[in-house]
Amino acid sequence: MSVPLEHDYIGLSDASSLERSSESSNISSDDVTNNFFNLKATELSLGLPGFAKNYEENATKHGSVIKNYMSGAKRGFSDVNFNGSGKGIDAVFDKIQTQQIISSSVAKPVKEEKKNGSVPPSAKAQVVGWPPIRSFRKNTMASNLSKSGDVAEGNSGAEGCLYVKVSMDGAPYLRKIDLKIYHNYAELSKALEKMFSCFTLGQCSSNGIKGKERLTESNLKDILHKSECVLTYEDKDGDWMLVGDVPWGMFIDSCKRLRIMKGSEAIGLAPRRTEKCTNRN
Amino acid sequence: MDPNLKKPKLVDRVDSVATGGDPCESTRVCRFPDDVLERVLSLIDSHKDRSSVSLVCKEWYNAERWSRRHVFIGNCYSVSPEIVAARFPRIRSVTLKGKPRFSDFNLVPEDWGADVHPWLCVFSTVYPFLEELRLKRMAVSDESLEFLATNFKGFKALSLLSCDGFSTDGLKAIATHCKNLTELDIQENGIDDLGGHWLSCFPESFTSLEILNFASLNSEVSFDALEKLVSRCKSLRVLKVNRNISLDQLQKLLLHCPLLTELGTGTFMQEVISGPVTEFKNMFSNCKNLVTLSGLWDATPLYLPVIYTACARLTFLNLSYATLRSDELTNLLYHCKSLRRLWFDIYTLPSKCALVFEILECKEKEKGIMVTLFKISDEIGDKGLEAVGSCCPLLEELRVFPADPFDQEIFLGVTESGFVSVSRGCPKLRYVLYFCRQMTNAAVATIAQNCPDFTHFRLCIMNPGQPDYLTKEPMDEAFGSIVKACTKLQRLAISGLLTDRTFEYIGKYAKNLETLSVAFAGSSDLGMEYVLKGCMKLKKLEIRDCPFGNAALLSGLTKYESMRSLWMSACNVTMNGCQMLAKERPRLNVEVMRDDEGNDDGQAHKVYVYRSVAGPRKDAPPFVLTL
Repeated sequence: MSVPLEHDYIGLSDASSLERSSESSNISSDDVTNNFFNLKATELSLGLPGFAKNYEENATKHGSVIKNYMSGAKRGFSDVNFNGSGKGIDAVFDKIQTQQIISSSVAKPVKEEKKNGSVPPSAKAQVVGWPPIRSFRKNTMASNLSKSGDVAEGNSGAEGCLYVKVSMDGAPYLRKIDLKIYHNYAELSKALEKMFSCFTLGQCSSNGIKGKERLTESNLKDILHKSECVLTYEDKDGDWMLVGDVPWGMFIDSCKRLRIMKGSEAIGLAPRRTEKCTNRN
Repeated sequence: MDPNLKKPKLVDRVDSVATGGDPCESTRVCRFPDDVLERVLSLIDSHKDRSSVSLVCKEWYNAERWSRRHVFIGNCYSVSPEIVAARFPRIRSVTLKGKPRFSDFNLVPEDWGADVHPWLCVFSTVYPFLEELRLKRMAVSDESLEFLATNFKGFKALSLLSCDGFSTDGLKAIATHCKNLTELDIQENGIDDLGGHWLSCFPESFTSLEILNFASLNSEVSFDALEKLVSRCKSLRVLKVNRNISLDQLQKLLLHCPLLTELGTGTFMQEVISGPVTEFKNMFSNCKNLVTLSGLWDATPLYLPVIYTACARLTFLNLSYATLRSDELTNLLYHCKSLRRLWFDIYTLPSKCALVFEILECKEKEKGIMVTLFKISDEIGDKGLEAVGSCCPLLEELRVFPADPFDQEIFLGVTESGFVSVSRGCPKLRYVLYFCRQMTNAAVATIAQNCPDFTHFRLCIMNPGQPDYLTKEPMDEAFGSIVKACTKLQRLAISGLLTDRTFEYIGKYAKNLETLSVAFAGSSDLGMEYVLKGCMKLKKLEIRDCPFGNAALLSGLTKYESMRSLWMSACNVTMNGCQMLAKERPRLNVEVMRDDEGNDDGQAHKVYVYRSVAGPRKDAPPFVLTL
């Protein structure tokens, strides 16, 4: 079914959850419609009663990577601690502005993910032993996503990894990286550069800013003019910020996902499509 | 060094030939003295040929058993160690395979069996001079490894693939005690990696190593110990290190062993290497015997070019752990003109694709557009395959693994057009393993026409039950075209939406087929029946999630004793059906694995049937029921 859905221009994650949801059973697509219309009714204010329930059901242990809630929950959901407390949810809903929620991703029942990056919650991926790839190779591929070769089992538990998605405008898919394995912006930028091969911060480091944790605005502006892409991240509050503004430690604490934007979009620190953040500049 | 085992002399037989005995007598006579016959037979390596030889007559049977040095046991439960020992008195090398293949995909519970220890115990008395042991899907413990290391004085070669139950402590025992070790090959096992200290256990006096593969181990080994080991083992020809070995360290190692034939590098990314890049390049070029290259973890365009000159001589390139972009892959393959075998995974990044960008600009996130994006990113993955087709005309084997098969948001993959490009450029292809998200009957038909020499065709369309994405028809005709055109086909793995028609084709045309893997396919019992009736040479049949029931199972009553094994899981077979099979065929072991939930619905969820001369298993765990 094609419910016209509007959401911010994040990238494929939104669309992908759409694809997944439309492939799922009829029941869940009915839920989609129901939730969607409910949402219309409540409009700009608090979330739906149904949301909290679904939300807790679908909570995963690894708070930082919430695949299903990327688009639908807006950024609001992604920062809430998944300990089932209601408080977080309320705080989140306060922040929701003019966004329309893609309820499809929320309504869809999610099986609990044991590991980051593996077993996406669609019915077909739940088949044991399919596709027929040896566990060893499966784990090695997953660990290829991170720099570290020490991750023996690929995606280990919450304590070791902080997987965030990285999307790039113009790229047809996302990557995932483990922020915990980098120690500063330079390392992160190198890794991303390797992954995406068109990346501004890399130039920053080679311009001799290596070692410093912050990028000054003037540097950034210089670079924006020169190159095409800029790295931004979505923080706990759901705002999109330029990477490099805050100390590294603070950055990895608050970073929920990364996005490599076209330079023209990043000026003003707000991408075209997101019309939120009346509270901040 | 031979044990003093006597064998009967058959002098009388020779005499009766000389006297020109009556025709009846002479037909039973062996013309050659035993020694000569044994000498001749000792030149035969293939175990299949040896099996045939042993069936000719009693004399040949005896000569064969005395001359056999290597025994291959495809199913460790088909025979017991005592029986092997009784028949073959002079074995030096054993290959032993245990669990059913689907255990690789977590379909077999732990503690199922296939313990190597009982075998080692028997071998220690009968074959104290055992030199080689190659295990696949066996349960191996540290105690077993220690037992092996301490009880077989002349032990030389250990190879472990897909085994589990041991840790690096077991490797310590091997390194410490096996004074004549030439081969240590640790591949893709469920090993408990407790650290890299095992490598330091090779004594200073140890110099015999020829093959060392620890690429799959994660812990760091002492580089100092490794360097010393490599420098004193002058005959080292295969070295595959793990990811922790840096480029600098690799260079140092290569200095010591320029005669390597197979190299598995460690990480191929480093900020700065200590010497000039040209030196590094020369080092690779100096390895004149290098024909196999693997590893290349984290390879980037920065250092990948150092291997270009060496690439011209390569016959096997394993890129399945490297993450290369499609342009990097293309550049690399351009140099690999002699390549016969290529493994890689589609972890390619697209070069800037204007078309993709335009579509992303579009504000409407309709489903239709989503599908197009999906297609385009897969097509970009095909670029790497086009390079294969154009650069590697001698290619015989291609394995393409999916990048991250379980993350559906990462839309990397290949389409049918990639496969077609390869088939056009590489007509000598005989082994293909191909993971993809979509396929068409027409493409596979073209591929079959282009590459009629296929012996192994394993196609995995990752979405179970997916039809031809253009015509929406089942993929029956695809596999039909393969079995019709490829008469030498020995191994086939099928996928996609398939009806009984596929099996009808297989039964009718795949006369040389030995191994068939089936998942989510077929419409009725007929499917399985076609295969069991038609495939004369079938040895292994593994089936999961298909609608085959008791009638299908029992249609193979006369067939299973000529096969190694049958696996059926999540089909429609019931306990009654299995019991009937067990009753009719007492020389088969019919094993049913009980479900976790302990459902007692009469269904047989996992069935494993195999022929055996050793009778029912004595070590079956509680969840395995032998009927």
